[in-house]
Amino acid sequence: MKIIVLMKQVANKDAVLRIRSDNKWIEEADVAMQTNESDGYALEEALRLKEAKGSGEVIVCSLGGPSVKTVIKDALARGADRAIHILVGDSYKLSPYQTARIIAEAIKDEQADLIFTGLQSDDIGYGQTGVILAELLNIPHATIVIEIDRSSLDGTLRVKRELESGWYQWFRYRLPALFTIQSGISQIRYATLQGIMKAKSKPVKEITATIPEFPSAQKIEKVYLPLKTKQTQLLGNGDAKRGAIELVEKLRTEVRVL
Amino acid sequence: MILAFIEHKNGVLNKTSLEAITAAQTLAKDLGLKASAVILCDEDRGLAKDIAQYDLEKVIIARNPKLNVYTPDGYADAWTEVIKKENPQYVVMAHTYQVRDFAPKVAARFEREVLADVIRYRKENNHLVFTRRIFLGKLDADVVLQGEAPYFVTFQSGAFRADKAQKGNAKEDLIEVEVGEIRMTPEEPFQEAKASVDLTKSEIIVAVGRGIKSQENIALAQQLADVLGADLAASRPICDAEWLPIDRQIGSSGQTVAPKLYIALGISGAIQHVVGMKNSQTIVAINKDPEAPIFDIADYGIVGDLFEAVPVMIEEIKKLKEN
Repeated sequence: MKIIVLMKQVANKDAVLRIRSDNKWIEEADVAMQTNESDGYALEEALRLKEAKGSGEVIVCSLGGPSVKTVIKDALARGADRAIHILVGDSYKLSPYQTARIIAEAIKDEQADLIFTGLQSDDIGYGQTGVILAELLNIPHATIVIEIDRSSLDGTLRVKRELESGWYQWFRYRLPALFTIQSGISQIRYATLQGIMKAKSKPVKEITATIPEFPSAQKIEKVYLPLKTKQTQLLGNGDAKRGAIELVEKLRTEVRVL
Repeated sequence: MILAFIEHKNGVLNKTSLEAITAAQTLAKDLGLKASAVILCDEDRGLAKDIAQYDLEKVIIARNPKLNVYTPDGYADAWTEVIKKENPQYVVMAHTYQVRDFAPKVAARFEREVLADVIRYRKENNHLVFTRRIFLGKLDADVVLQGEAPYFVTFQSGAFRADKAQKGNAKEDLIEVEVGEIRMTPEEPFQEAKASVDLTKSEIIVAVGRGIKSQENIALAQQLADVLGADLAASRPICDAEWLPIDRQIGSSGQTVAPKLYIALGISGAIQHVVGMKNSQTIVAINKDPEAPIFDIADYGIVGDLFEAVPVMIEEIKKLKEN
């Protein structure tokens, strides 16, 4: 059984973002990068499924410039068997359809049984690359998967989808299939020292991709700080303790909850 | 033509679809087009009649026995037929979990993608500029569509108001659609461990996010909740880490609340959280990061360490109560 896990590198969640001078994106050079959160969970699910089956291969696939090698190295250290690095410069310029086309081209010969990815990226958040990829590969998909019934694996696989307002639903899928994984599906393992050592000898295939023409791409015209919808009264002027005293006074006199 | 998607479960309307109707009507007016609605079903159980009371050209009821339950394959096939028949300029949907599941698949069949989770749009020199939230709410992006119709747009819950949907009198148009092979077998949807805590009734909520740092620190937030007579809630990462049970989760995958007072401790304000609490009457945010998007919707903010602020708040409130 072969599982491909698509993992994206994104700006660190806590990073202070600076908008680039052309207003089209952020200055990525001065931001700490990390693996997209839900993609980390996708890898964990793939590793657990392989372990439950007792055999198989987990392949991490990441698209981007040289910096995504960190994502790949980390995934290999956690237990992925090998990697595909799709080299594309300025990957932020890609629309989801273009990204899906490039990935489809890069992985189609692998004939994977399963493709896992996170449900959405924490940067541009298109939330559709996986679904478009499934359509291009002509395989079924499910999004927002919150549990996988590993014991059900047998040419088919049962997965639980998260619906809204606390509702869930199980579906049985024929393989091959693509699933987008929700954050929090399981506890993510840490890379062991042994894993880090082993990762160094695992194969990484580099593919240089060209960006396909796509006339219907959505285009970012401008990136900016959100317009404030409310006037916020900032309290304490940087002193949290003084802010707390002022806040309690406001809660008493203006909000009237005390 | 602009087509709005009407989502339902066994004929029971998902109310965000009314927001899609408002969106379609608004776009139609701006572009000089007509709006219609689309219902996919195995048989109409009266929903079409309800939708026909809105100001629409028609309500298209696309019917096939395989559409008795939602599957991405079934819905994609049905939509593909409807789009081929109607040649819409725009297909407008509410950005729900179901839409996220099938809309990109439909778009891909037409070599398109989805302009997803739009919070507003404006008309500029005869073309439309849409705004999306990116980087988990930290930034906004103005986005334009290129190429030819059909265009697929999904709007975030609350971008348009359901009660602004114009009433009228639409005709019903029943069509039979082809649905091919369904490659997935759905089981019955179910609700997991009914929310034992109903936060929707809370007057005051103290909510914690990643800034609380460790499970032990939850006790501090609990103390603040206790002196305020508030309920404790959390953003998703806290419940994922099992520091608080899932029935305390606020946001798109948890509960939606609108209390009198909502105090967000160490919550950055990612969209998935904000949609669940933005209608609170008063919002207080305490966060170290002055750029945290939670401050965009806060009435009162303290930029600073919550571990300094909260103990002082508890003391001050206790003092007030003693007097």
